[in-house]
Amino acid sequence: MMQKEFCRIISQTEIAEDIFELSVKGELVSQINAPGQFVHIRVTDRWGPLLRRPISISSFNKATKQLTMIYRKEGQGTALLAKMVPGMELDILGPLGNGFPIEEVSSGETALLVGGGIGVPPLYELSKQLAAKGCNVIHVLGFQTKSTVFYEQEFLKNGETYVATVDGTYAAKGFVTDVVDRLRFDCIFACGPTPMLKALEQHYSDKKMFLSLEERMGCGIGACFACVCKKADDPLGVSYKKVCSDGPVFRAGEVVI
Amino acid sequence: MSRLNVELPGLNLKNPIMPASGCFGFGREYSQFYDLSVLGAIMIKATTVEPRFGNPTPRVAETDAGMLNAIGLQNPGLEKVIAKELPWLSQFDVPIIANVAGSLEEDYVAVASEISKAANVHALELNISCPNVKTGGIAFGTIPEVAKQLTRKVKEVSEVPVYVKLSPNVTNIVEMAKAVEEGGADGLTMINTIVGMRLDLKTGRPILANRTGGLSGPAIKPVAIRMIYEVSQAVSLPIIGMGGVQSAEDVVEYFYAGASAVAVGTANFVDPFVCPTIIEELPPILEKLGFEHISECKGRSWKQHEPFAHYRA
Repeated sequence: MMQKEFCRIISQTEIAEDIFELSVKGELVSQINAPGQFVHIRVTDRWGPLLRRPISISSFNKATKQLTMIYRKEGQGTALLAKMVPGMELDILGPLGNGFPIEEVSSGETALLVGGGIGVPPLYELSKQLAAKGCNVIHVLGFQTKSTVFYEQEFLKNGETYVATVDGTYAAKGFVTDVVDRLRFDCIFACGPTPMLKALEQHYSDKKMFLSLEERMGCGIGACFACVCKKADDPLGVSYKKVCSDGPVFRAGEVVI
Repeated sequence: MSRLNVELPGLNLKNPIMPASGCFGFGREYSQFYDLSVLGAIMIKATTVEPRFGNPTPRVAETDAGMLNAIGLQNPGLEKVIAKELPWLSQFDVPIIANVAGSLEEDYVAVASEISKAANVHALELNISCPNVKTGGIAFGTIPEVAKQLTRKVKEVSEVPVYVKLSPNVTNIVEMAKAVEEGGADGLTMINTIVGMRLDLKTGRPILANRTGGLSGPAIKPVAIRMIYEVSQAVSLPIIGMGGVQSAEDVVEYFYAGASAVAVGTANFVDPFVCPTIIEELPPILEKLGFEHISECKGRSWKQHEPFAHYRA
């Protein structure tokens, strides 16, 4: 059950260039039911920037009632968010959406987690939970350039981790999809740019796969119909799914991406 | 005694606050936050004869103190709205204003005649002003004679009062208001969104897949206030005002301009509790301004009245 709550900021750190890790404490943490869910944040008590910002949850701890988000400072809203300091309160609506189904991978099976850029964060909680239940977890993480790489060490604790940078300034040069070809796995979980998700869906259509989509949102709760996508079994018709409330995680082949 | 109850054609409202069409779906999402019975009314999402998918994405783009949308009247179609959404809404003690949309005159007539039969639909809102559909909508909303004719046809079949939603994207909104009044409208709702556009800094192209979209939010409030100020003096129809309403003070301002009730749109996305919050905050503000009842605020911008003798700061 989602709720709207003023959550206290516990910490905020710039962990890579323009990449911030923000932890807050609140009762709504108890409502999180899967890795890959997100929260909708109001970054000001004024009316500009107007809309909330959807940000994925990168990890949470129900015992301490804390959740952590990792976001990229990019526009007006995230620039304001980046200036906030511990002790301040943040207007958060959440948890929202449906996360990754960890029950789809059994103990002993291998899960491949593929993340691109700011699509990497929600995979972290997923990685922790899969590793905890005895799955083999392999990570392939793509970034633009060396200065924007984050969480490599954290992911390494849970399993093999391959990093690729588009410009080759760190680790392998190229896209995550170049790395995936060499690996063996039972199931893919991915979050990142749409071209990356499309490439994975096309190349590994024989594999079990779950993709987390991104779309511009209005309300974040399913009321405004801003973030709809077509269902794959009715591409020309009126059938649809809402990324915010039916997703953001879908089984590959369920919707047109 | 309530300071907030308002009587309008077809609508006996416990308060003059209602979510605006397109910003509240059919109420299901917001019912997770509060009891919808606290609302004065609910303007449900536009309904067309057939289900519509709407426009490609991106469908929204933020602007300074506002947002552009080009949803394209996505809705499940008349049959489903009548079979599922309206019966679901009937569990709440709240009148429904059904937003009626279409491409052709007969579409509007078909939706109006069916949907107005539902027990909890107490009024229709004729959507002649959606800026995001290629056919219908706009012509009905910009040519006075066409709007008048459509209003007349819908009035012939509707079992409940008909409010016509006016577009701000016209040269002379008073002329439009007078035309639909002559067509037999029972009331007006205004304003719909203002056509706008945003371009992407990196590509130079429009952000919205539809290229243009409707601007809503606090940015358009002054435009709505001006238009209601003009229209309310020129016609005798009650007006449900909308455009950037976010607070109880805004509601009072809308009443001053000449509105008889107020709808809240975009602000629902920012704060899902905005409607109940406004309803709660209105009485103390009226008290502070020295009004016994909200109706005393109506038209104060242009009516003869005593100065604010008892403002309690």
